[in-house]
Amino acid sequence: MSGSATGTGTAAAPAVELAAVSKQFGDHVAVDRVALEIRNGEFFSLLGPSGCGKTTTLRMIAGFETPNEGRIRLGGEDVTDRPAHLRRVGMVFQNYALFPHLSVADNVAFALRLQRVDTPAIARRVAAALDMVRLPGLDARSPSQLSGGQQQRVALARALVFRPTVVLLDEPLGALDQKLRKAMQLELKALQQQVGLTFVYVTHDQEEALTMSDRIAVMDGGRVLQVADPQTLYERPASRFVADFIGVSNFLAGSVRERTGGLVTIALRLERERLVRATWRDGLATGQAVTTAVRPERMRLVPLGAPAPQVGSDNAVEGTVRDIVYTGSDTQYFVDLGASTTVMVRVPNDHAPGGRVLAARGDPVCVCWDAGSTAVLVA
Amino acid sequence: MPRRAWGLPVYYFGLLALLYLPLVVLLVFAFNDGTILAFPMRGFTLRWFQQLFATEALMRALRNSVTVALGAATVAVTLGACAAIAVVRFRFRGKGAFMTVALLPLYVPFVVVGVALLLLFSVIGLPRSLLTIAAAHTVVSFPYALLIITARLVGFDPHLEEAAMSLGANYWQTLRQVILPLIAPALLAAWLTAFTVSFDEFAIANLLAGAEPTLPVYLYSQLRMSARLPLVIAMAGLVIVLTLSIFFTLVWLRRFVFRLPAAATAVRVR
Repeated sequence: MSGSATGTGTAAAPAVELAAVSKQFGDHVAVDRVALEIRNGEFFSLLGPSGCGKTTTLRMIAGFETPNEGRIRLGGEDVTDRPAHLRRVGMVFQNYALFPHLSVADNVAFALRLQRVDTPAIARRVAAALDMVRLPGLDARSPSQLSGGQQQRVALARALVFRPTVVLLDEPLGALDQKLRKAMQLELKALQQQVGLTFVYVTHDQEEALTMSDRIAVMDGGRVLQVADPQTLYERPASRFVADFIGVSNFLAGSVRERTGGLVTIALRLERERLVRATWRDGLATGQAVTTAVRPERMRLVPLGAPAPQVGSDNAVEGTVRDIVYTGSDTQYFVDLGASTTVMVRVPNDHAPGGRVLAARGDPVCVCWDAGSTAVLVA
Repeated sequence: MPRRAWGLPVYYFGLLALLYLPLVVLLVFAFNDGTILAFPMRGFTLRWFQQLFATEALMRALRNSVTVALGAATVAVTLGACAAIAVVRFRFRGKGAFMTVALLPLYVPFVVVGVALLLLFSVIGLPRSLLTIAAAHTVVSFPYALLIITARLVGFDPHLEEAAMSLGANYWQTLRQVILPLIAPALLAAWLTAFTVSFDEFAIANLLAGAEPTLPVYLYSQLRMSARLPLVIAMAGLVIVLTLSIFFTLVWLRRFVFRLPAAATAVRVR
């Protein structure tokens, strides 16, 4: 496929634009005033738990559902009232949705035949598309003779071959097993960069979204909570929901004490008040109740009584090891900080077995972390 | 020690005999060289079949039946397909009520349907003819067509239609290139079922027949003359063979085209 196929609208217009789009099913609000701008050539994911409205949002972009309110623009053109078949949107479904009565080649050629592309060109483009998804030589097979992974590749070739303005993917890897899914994630991302088309990807798997996306919109209850690149989402989650949904977070409740330059001091509500420091964020007021979130791998475990190498750690809180879970690549220490607060500290097993035992169950330890690894959440 | 279950085989073969012995007797007597229906049989003959094809009125009745069944089955399947697509794929008010009304002819006795239609046709001044029979048979075979096609539509993925639309197919192109090819086996099965329902039907046809009888109506009228009895038997034998071949075609469709187990004869409705 040539690289020039990047849609019809003006270069400045976003590939997909949702302006305050809402969708209700009866009394249930599935999508609540969602506003999104998806850039040209971007791999964009809609991420959230089931029932968060991500699939309904995708189906509205495709034209399978009509929004109750708001406008949808593709490449700058308002398509809100345009039926699905006139939107030039490629769609990949979780269950593949290949036409069972057509061969692989005829499935891929479906859109081209409707566009009345001449026969030699169809053959050429179908072969190129099947080549691109690394399925050459299977043209004559029936979809039912292919494995799940192969069927999904055919579905992908079918959605790409007619050079759509945007490709929509609804949990396309959901039906594949774990190993194959991991491999397909990288392949899908490489393919997207190769064809240069805008991909809108729906998933409930945060790891999948982090792996592939340029940007991610985290959704819950029909609303978009945060739109950001994977690193920002992980490092600077805007809300407790996002911090909890993307990866694993330790949450510690407290209140704002004072601002010192670029940092803020927060008093944690533990049995004894503990002061910790975090990066300042705008909008915080002294005395305000907040939650701090720290990733388990950003915390360090230091045995109490040992010579304290606390250099570089902004924050330290004592506790008692409650549980130790060995997961292969790392070991998780669950540390009780009192006041029914437990944090998980993830220590990589980067030494030979038995080479480094940090603590045993019941040992008093100190949990240390940096201000830069501490996210302050208001909501 | 497990006890030998002898009750089940006895029951099973008893049931088989009850169901099929009359048919076997009928087929045997179709070849009996004599007009008295009693053992011992006289000898083997094919003359009843020869006479059958030579009997002008009987052949006319057969042709009438085939014409009526062709027309009724075709119209019933067309209407059934439209109704099934509407019921399965579209949201509309009163869907439940529509389904109930559409399936009602399954539960109303055919005689009642016949009398009702007889009344209707005489009120609107439509003379009794093959057309009135065909119209009535369309009504009673419609529910079968609706159920069979609905089952197929429910069984296939609605994402297929959405996939076609995302690829640029409008509704009619989607219907022609995706939906119709996928429900084709169901259309054929529905058509064969509707054909059989019409072809076998007596009560309604008897009430609505004008000068031209259908085959069951004609056969019944001939039963009064004992000399004609062997002819009726031979004809009945032919009808059985025809019906059985339609039945086995349906089984074949289910197994190899629908890919359903042969036992799955019950129609599934969501």
